Amino acid sequence: MTDDSTFHHGDATSAAPIVEMKNIEKHFGNIIALAGVSFDVRPGECHCLLGDNGAGKSTFIKTMSGVHKPTKGEILFEGKPMSFSTPRDAMEAGIATVFQDLAMIPLMSVTRNFFMGREPTKGKGLLKRFDIDYANEVTMTEMRKMGINLRGPDQAVGTLSGGERQTVAIARAVHFGAKVLILDEPTSALGVRQTSNVLATIDKVRNQGIGVVFISHNVRHALAVGDRFTVLNRGQTLGTAKRGDISPEELQDLMAGGQEMAALEGSLGGTV
Amino acid sequence: MENSSTPPVDERVKSQPFFAKLMQRPELGAIAGVILVVIFFSITADGSMFSLSGFMNFMSPASQLGILAIGAALLMIGGEFDLSIGSMVAFAGLFFAVCVINWGLPLAVAIPLTFVFAGCVGAINGTIVIRSGLPSFIVTLAFLFILRGLSLVGLKAATGGSTQLRGVRDATETDWLTPFFSGDAFPGLFAWLAENGWVETFKNGTPKVPGIPVEILWFVVITLLATYVLLRTPAGNWIFAAGGDTNAASNSGVPVTRVKVSLFMLTACCAALVAIITVIDAGSTDARRGFQKEFEAIIAAVIGGCLLTGGYGSAIGAFFGAIIFGMVVIGLTYTDFDQDWFQVFLGGMLLIAVLFNNAIRKRVTGER
Repeated sequence: MTDDSTFHHGDATSAAPIVEMKNIEKHFGNIIALAGVSFDVRPGECHCLLGDNGAGKSTFIKTMSGVHKPTKGEILFEGKPMSFSTPRDAMEAGIATVFQDLAMIPLMSVTRNFFMGREPTKGKGLLKRFDIDYANEVTMTEMRKMGINLRGPDQAVGTLSGGERQTVAIARAVHFGAKVLILDEPTSALGVRQTSNVLATIDKVRNQGIGVVFISHNVRHALAVGDRFTVLNRGQTLGTAKRGDISPEELQDLMAGGQEMAALEGSLGGTV
Repeated sequence: MENSSTPPVDERVKSQPFFAKLMQRPELGAIAGVILVVIFFSITADGSMFSLSGFMNFMSPASQLGILAIGAALLMIGGEFDLSIGSMVAFAGLFFAVCVINWGLPLAVAIPLTFVFAGCVGAINGTIVIRSGLPSFIVTLAFLFILRGLSLVGLKAATGGSTQLRGVRDATETDWLTPFFSGDAFPGLFAWLAENGWVETFKNGTPKVPGIPVEILWFVVITLLATYVLLRTPAGNWIFAAGGDTNAASNSGVPVTRVKVSLFMLTACCAALVAIITVIDAGSTDARRGFQKEFEAIIAAVIGGCLLTGGYGSAIGAFFGAIIFGMVVIGLTYTDFDQDWFQVFLGGMLLIAVLFNNAIRKRVTGER
């Protein structure tokens, strides 16, 4: 299964990591959400973060994208210690996160969504205005690069399919100079065809030298594009494996915590 | 590089006929409404309604409402309501009259001061809504009563017991700023047109319409400005974004709080402008000024295509919404109908507009 992928995979060991998280701990009151998680992402690779519900995936990416501050541990960004106080800081440094809600407004056009909060302007002083022609052009070009042909730049985002919206969000992050792109379960609500479109988009982004963090609880989606796989379980990392070093069954077992899953799977005849 | 001159066509996307594109404009409903109302009155009303003087007759109240409606529309697109604008007209009117009469300030000071004062009240309104996270409906409903009550109390304090403050005309008559806020603009032009027999005149040769009432000019200018801001500036994008989804907007770096508070200040300033125009025009102010105008302004904005949920609408739509309003109010006097049909008509228009807007929104978002 790991060898039939059509994607070209990055060489995970070649470059220095863009972001390195060491022994991250995060406590909420007396709840220990993360108990020492280490993770890194290098340029041009897709590093999958796998874990079942409640494993701490969301807390972890929120720590990485500046929403939460870690209780303990160190974050290195391009080799230097970093502490982001707001998501905006992380964004400006080049860590872009596409959350599940996508930060898209259905009633607004693709262009207006694409440049929301970062509108290009022309003119000076009182005549400083939204450069809509340039914005439309950029949107059309960027979307075409990702393989989506819009009816027009003024098409409302609400009329796009889930996969297309996901792609708009990814294209937006890439256009605004992301070095690391964190995707929070981008395929969780998509159909088969749309999922493969999104996976293809991830591949395109990776080939531009951007480090992709792909969060999922679907082993098959992860294996289709991932270069490395880290499994989170109950707030801890159960190790990182390179592509080809681990089988889908092993990954599945790690995610579910092994024993019980094996028993359950037996009773279901290996269909999970 | 892909060949950008001939983008490949997606076979699943139907090309849109012109009519379908038109259907997606938020102001379409209001324009259709204007056409319907014009047809209705050209059949039922006296022909003089659509003469030049008749036009000025219905445009004048339409403009006073329209200035409020533009503010209300922008605020609604930004996702909030302001039910206190009617009371704000009375309150700002009181403040303005006190500036002019009791304090004897010239208009060049009194008018900016009134705008600053209204802006502050709007900012208080907005800050409470944003900080508390309460629906703006309830917060501004409270201000509807607070401001109306304060206007009454303040009027009595300023006049020593009366609910009307007179004498604005005497105080403002000679001020150089008065012509910008009261009376008719371009009298020379209309006199010249009359001399040449191009407009209707009275027997003594003076034109029946002495000029364009200034509120109409304010109304048109504000509509154009609002449309420009909405469609062609980053701030416009922020307004749509803040109203469409507060969370998504602030995650994308839109200063949502600043946008919303500014919009509350803007609506309050629109109310202040209407107050200044009507107070100078009437020469006095009273506590009932702007009564129920908040509802009329919101209705005009809704007829103009604004969604109650925010994130969608247009200033041009509100412009036509207000004109429909003025035509119906004044138009009924040109017909044989009972004046009180006005309210029935109004409610009916609102209902049709909301149903229509709902259908449009589904089209735009592709909801099924």
